[in-house]
Amino acid sequence: MHLPSSVARMTAATSGIWRPRMSVLRALSGLLLISVLAAVAMAAPADDFKAAYAKAEAASKQSAALKTQWTTTVATLKAAKAAADAGKFDEAVTLAKEAEVLAEASIAQGRDEQGAWKDRVIR
Amino acid sequence: MLRKLLFLSVMMLAAVRPALAADLADPKAEFKAFRDYFTSRFPKVPLDDFVNGPYSMDEGLRKQWQEIEEFPPYEFAVDKGKEMFAKPFANGKTYADCFPNGGIGIRQNYPYFDTKSGQVITLELALNQCREQNGEKPFSYTKDDMAALTAYMAFTSRGKRFDIKIPDDPRALAAYRKGEEYFYTRRGQLNFSCASCHVQSAGNHIRTEVLAPALGIMAAMPIYRSEWSGMGTTSRRFTSCNSQVRATPLPPQDELYRDVEYFLTYMGNGLPVSGPGARP
Repeated sequence: MHLPSSVARMTAATSGIWRPRMSVLRALSGLLLISVLAAVAMAAPADDFKAAYAKAEAASKQSAALKTQWTTTVATLKAAKAAADAGKFDEAVTLAKEAEVLAEASIAQGRDEQGAWKDRVIR
Repeated sequence: MLRKLLFLSVMMLAAVRPALAADLADPKAEFKAFRDYFTSRFPKVPLDDFVNGPYSMDEGLRKQWQEIEEFPPYEFAVDKGKEMFAKPFANGKTYADCFPNGGIGIRQNYPYFDTKSGQVITLELALNQCREQNGEKPFSYTKDDMAALTAYMAFTSRGKRFDIKIPDDPRALAAYRKGEEYFYTRRGQLNFSCASCHVQSAGNHIRTEVLAPALGIMAAMPIYRSEWSGMGTTSRRFTSCNSQVRATPLPPQDELYRDVEYFLTYMGNGLPVSGPGARP
């Protein structure tokens, strides 16, 4: 039996099942796709930051354990975290990488200084 | 035959080789070399005057300091410390019960190496140990109450000559060496050691400040620093020095800091206590 569309919608509504039009379905699909793409786009920098921060934090902890940590490493790590909290992931990644470089440099300094101090003792 | 000649050559070379830089002399020889370095570099400065730090290096600064000493900014701390020192703990005992000679005129013997505990005991540490042994909470090591107490104890010791001993105990020598290592090791993003400022650059300006010579540098502690607008202990001085070269400071009274104080005060043996002091 062929029912007019208005009747079909009315029948569906009265039976408790909402059947959207194809155009609405298309719009919803589009929205869903955009949302997924946006989430993927957001997740990539956030993940990059997490990875960069973890590496920097590990190097900073190592320098602290060796008693060679620099105050600038701690400050840069803090700034990286603040940038990430504000959603500025590109800046946060850059700062985290900078903190890692600072931590590695302080570790290298400690390594170079082992024994070197003896050459400076007043004789 | 050739092997014997080779062996002899090696032995002769070893015998006449110059002293390697890495070979360290014993503390007594290092003490003499340390003092000779400063007295020959600053021949016009009387030996005892090194305890006055930057004022021994700069005439203009010295005149300002002499004016400041008319109304010394550390005087309030000395008065407060005197009151605190006499006030009994809750158990009725006082600080005097914890120290030789009732704590009066003993600054020149601190820090010392305690052979029982195997560590360096500074005056600040001894004061907090005294408090805890008597059921009191320890003070912050950096300023306020601790600075007041040490200011009073230094004041009662003024003029007495430092007499830091390194007992015949390998742990004492190890503590001295650790302090020495810390003193000469470069650290922080600015890549400075304590010696960079207070040996190589002593007497030079760093911005508006005149760098104090390392010889006798512990004699004026604790100090009132205009920069701090208040008193500070040796712990405060060490932590702020580290921060200034962008190195993360150690906790106050960390074993390494105590070892540095041991090494540096030993280097100033024979010089008079001048604390508490006033510094820019």
